[in-house]
Amino acid sequence: MTVPRTPPGTAAFCLALLRRQLTLAARRPIEIGNPLLFFAMVVALFPLGLGPAPDQLAGFAPGILWIIALLSSLLTSDTVFRSDFEDGSLEQLLLAPQPLFMSVLAYICAHWLVTGLLLALVSPLFALMIKLPAAAIGALVASLLLGTAVLSLVGGIGAALTVGLKRGGMLISLLILPFYMPVLIFGSAAVQNATLGIPAAPYLAVLGALLCLAIALAPLAIAAGLRISVDA
Amino acid sequence: MPPGPGGEALLTVAALCLERGGRELFRDLAFAVRPGQLVQIEGANGAGKTSLLRILAGLSRYGYSGSVARHCPLLYLGHLSAVKALLTPRENLAWHVAGESSYSRPQIDEALAKVGLYGYEDVPSHALSAGQHRRVNLARLYLSQCPLWLLDEPFTAIDKSGVAELELLLVEHVRRGGAVVLTSHQSLQVAYPVQILSLSEGLAA
Repeated sequence: MTVPRTPPGTAAFCLALLRRQLTLAARRPIEIGNPLLFFAMVVALFPLGLGPAPDQLAGFAPGILWIIALLSSLLTSDTVFRSDFEDGSLEQLLLAPQPLFMSVLAYICAHWLVTGLLLALVSPLFALMIKLPAAAIGALVASLLLGTAVLSLVGGIGAALTVGLKRGGMLISLLILPFYMPVLIFGSAAVQNATLGIPAAPYLAVLGALLCLAIALAPLAIAAGLRISVDA
Repeated sequence: MPPGPGGEALLTVAALCLERGGRELFRDLAFAVRPGQLVQIEGANGAGKTSLLRILAGLSRYGYSGSVARHCPLLYLGHLSAVKALLTPRENLAWHVAGESSYSRPQIDEALAKVGLYGYEDVPSHALSAGQHRRVNLARLYLSQCPLWLLDEPFTAIDKSGVAELELLLVEHVRRGGAVVLTSHQSLQVAYPVQILSLSEGLAA
């Protein structure tokens, strides 16, 4: 008889989960690329729809960029738990001895790393496409870094609640879009102020506070949502 | 240790009633699972075997009345294999979401060899057949240290020799002082007393 093994600690388990999720994402590069391509396509639509007047576009740029970031985050939020639900991994995750709070945080973190983080990093490119003043690019990246993390966490709640439904796509939008609004307001305001030469820091601080709140509360809601979805 | 039940209960169930869709599946079910017990749940399709196992595992938490007390870590294998098609069998076990234990590479390779997947450790799981997916999942039984196993139809899609090996493994586990509760439509061919749990009549003595 071998020595009884003890379950890995929460930190080790979460790191393993993070590695697992990132490996899975890396083996499906198209799913990482899709939101970025979506972003690029929609940005390219605005000059066509509003007319190619650089000054006019630059005025709308903060709002445009933030709304597209929000929509592309919405597109991917449905997928966080879906494949795990379909193949039974989610049941096993719920039975794990480690706290579900930390496990779902690892899932969301992996999701953010391949969606929000990448989006924030390539956003300067898209900002140039619609003439966002160079002075505001720093504020754009910073606000997207903070904001998309909140979007991932809030999106996770919607994903957890709708994962048991065959067609949860529309419902998830209706559920979580209202919670995206504060992020949109403060995110686009940060960029708007930066274009006018006003410090964006207060808005970024509010986004940071929203992120802290989301990290503290969203995993509770996600964990409860997953338990309900698996139970049904 | 001698075969036969004994010791502290690993799982106790009292006054368990379940109703689904206005139909009563079972009522006042009461039993205890002790080390050394091999319990087979019997019932027709739709009798509530899977529902019962999910309640025992703690996955179903609402919709039933009665109490279930779990006194030890348990391993639950459901209908779904929890094997990720994009990961290799080795990765599937190393990063398993059940978080039971962290296994070393030799341990995983040994378990995979025991379920007949020697040479498939690094093949992406989407290249494996349905039966091989099930076998990757069953490899967890060779790695597990949990005393209580709850297995839902473990023989599905497993070939004849695989079934025989699995039966041997179950007996070995209960002889070591573990306990197994399983559902299956075939009767077990094992040299060990199998207790039948009938959903209508409870655990036979």
